[in-house]
Amino acid sequence: MNFWEYVAGRHQQLLTDAYQHAGAVFQCMVVATVLGVLIAVATYRSEWAGNLATTTTATVLTVPALALIGLLIPVVGLGVPPTVIALTLYGLLPVVRNAIVGLRGVDPALVDAATGIGMSRPARLLRIELPLAWPPILTGIRVATQMLMGIAAIAAYASGPGLGNVIFRGLASLGSANALNQVLAGTLGTIVLALLFDAGYVLIGRLTIPGGIRA
Amino acid sequence: MPETGGHGASIELESLTKRYPGVAQPAVDNVSMEIKAGEVVVLVGPSGCGKSTLLKMINRLIEPTGGRIRMGGEDVTDIDPVGLRRKIGYAIQSAGLFPHMTVAQNIALVPRMIGWPKSRIGARTEELLDLVGLDPGEFHGRYPRQLSGGQQQRVGVARALAADPPVLLMDEPFGAVDPITRDHLQDELIRLQHELHKTIVFVTHDFDEAIKIGDRIAVLRERSHIAQFDTPEAILANPADDFVSGFVGAGAALKRLNLTRVRDVEITDYPTVMIDDPLQQIVNRLRAGGTNEVLLLDRHGRPCKWLRRGDLMRARGSLARAGTPVHDTVTRDATLRDALEAVLTDNTGRVAVTGRNGEYTGVVDMETLLNSVHGMLEADRLDALENQHELEELRAAQTHVEQEGDRGVTGVGGFGGTR
Repeated sequence: MNFWEYVAGRHQQLLTDAYQHAGAVFQCMVVATVLGVLIAVATYRSEWAGNLATTTTATVLTVPALALIGLLIPVVGLGVPPTVIALTLYGLLPVVRNAIVGLRGVDPALVDAATGIGMSRPARLLRIELPLAWPPILTGIRVATQMLMGIAAIAAYASGPGLGNVIFRGLASLGSANALNQVLAGTLGTIVLALLFDAGYVLIGRLTIPGGIRA
Repeated sequence: MPETGGHGASIELESLTKRYPGVAQPAVDNVSMEIKAGEVVVLVGPSGCGKSTLLKMINRLIEPTGGRIRMGGEDVTDIDPVGLRRKIGYAIQSAGLFPHMTVAQNIALVPRMIGWPKSRIGARTEELLDLVGLDPGEFHGRYPRQLSGGQQQRVGVARALAADPPVLLMDEPFGAVDPITRDHLQDELIRLQHELHKTIVFVTHDFDEAIKIGDRIAVLRERSHIAQFDTPEAILANPADDFVSGFVGAGAALKRLNLTRVRDVEITDYPTVMIDDPLQQIVNRLRAGGTNEVLLLDRHGRPCKWLRRGDLMRARGSLARAGTPVHDTVTRDATLRDALEAVLTDNTGRVAVTGRNGEYTGVVDMETLLNSVHGMLEADRLDALENQHELEELRAAQTHVEQEGDRGVTGVGGFGGTR
């Protein structure tokens, strides 16, 4: 059975896995974005708090994905919980770092002007600082998503959802007829998903970044 | 709290002080100043003298550590700063427009925050764009980066004026544009102020800008100590000390010429003839009058040529060839500096003054200019001496307060006691 015959025969299963893979990454990315921006907003104005947030999230990223998921299993069990926790933690770093850099990069004269014309602090954050920091934040989200696509495949180790299951099944039965096809299908599926997400972000960028600051 | 709308409100600063923790010297030290409603006061001083700090304390972008601020008679030192700032227009260097908002959105910010209805905001935006000389249809939807520096600055002023605040604070607003545009924007601001009568506090380090737009100028030295607070005329005529005269720079008398218009000096009449007059009549006029020169006017009454005795003879009686053409004329609104320029370049030593349609109304000559400038400088000097005296009394009172410690005797340091 060649690769295309394999895909044609199993497309139902593969599509379900791909759908779950994308769903897990997407939902974790939403959580990571909200958390990441909140952390950045809470810390960007203090030199040490901002640095602490960046360093902590960077440290999380240095833990191997397989080890982190393995460590989470005894605490939260198998399946979805370790997957969601791991993906969210890994997604934080690029978002937090880019949001802090973006918020700190807003021209102080503009912040001064916003305060000077009578904007309250929340209004200034929502109407001036976050919109101006949005392009770098979006870049952070984009980078994080690419990363999570790969990491999500490992989540199958903890019986998580997604294309990782196909890959692991293939790796476990190396030498058998369909082993290579399974690994190939899982890997290519992950890449295709990543490219689709990236295209989606380009579109989101066009739609949400105001013309005045679009590069 | 002054109500929004209409004319300016007075501002009183009383012993205003700003100390930063860990710094021995205060950044702004015990400054008292009274700004009348509808007046343009320019704070001018070298870099780092604290003039911007002083300005930002008025809308409490920088919270004072001591002293009081009163606006329209009401103490605003402790009220909610956000509400206060919505009633004070604020324009800064390079405009400070928000790049992610269109021109209209930038202008509409303050009216939106104070809850104007949409229709009123829309109408106001168009009105303001018109007021600052930008075509609403063309500029409404543009982003700041699609505007030139001068246009951005106009939008910045429009945004500051949006909710019709009684007070306008301007922090070196024209510092980042080229000299020609700056000149233009200054003229526009003067024109606007003629219509609006806001109370404007304007910070600059450019003394020429200060004399051009200020009703009064406060020259500040380090820690915002007021070296002199007076009209531009008085400061030019009689700088309080070496610091002020250093700041005024060379050519004070020439700068003074910029402050007076031709209409303020004596415009003398001069013998004229019309281009359509018979030749004989012109010749008679030249012979008869005590003068040996007449001004030839064209059919519309506009100055055309200076005719001297003998010119006609040399040109063999042809009016077209005789005499010296008039190179330059000035209007009644021109500054004396323009008039002097014209008098110096014209070889007759005088310049014709024209009305709205370029028609002749009189002449100004060197002698008139000299006499009026001397008169003006003398009057300025007397005024300045008087004001200087008052400032010294005030300073003496302040020094007294400082030496005695300001507990218990603050009343002495209060401004206005010497007024």
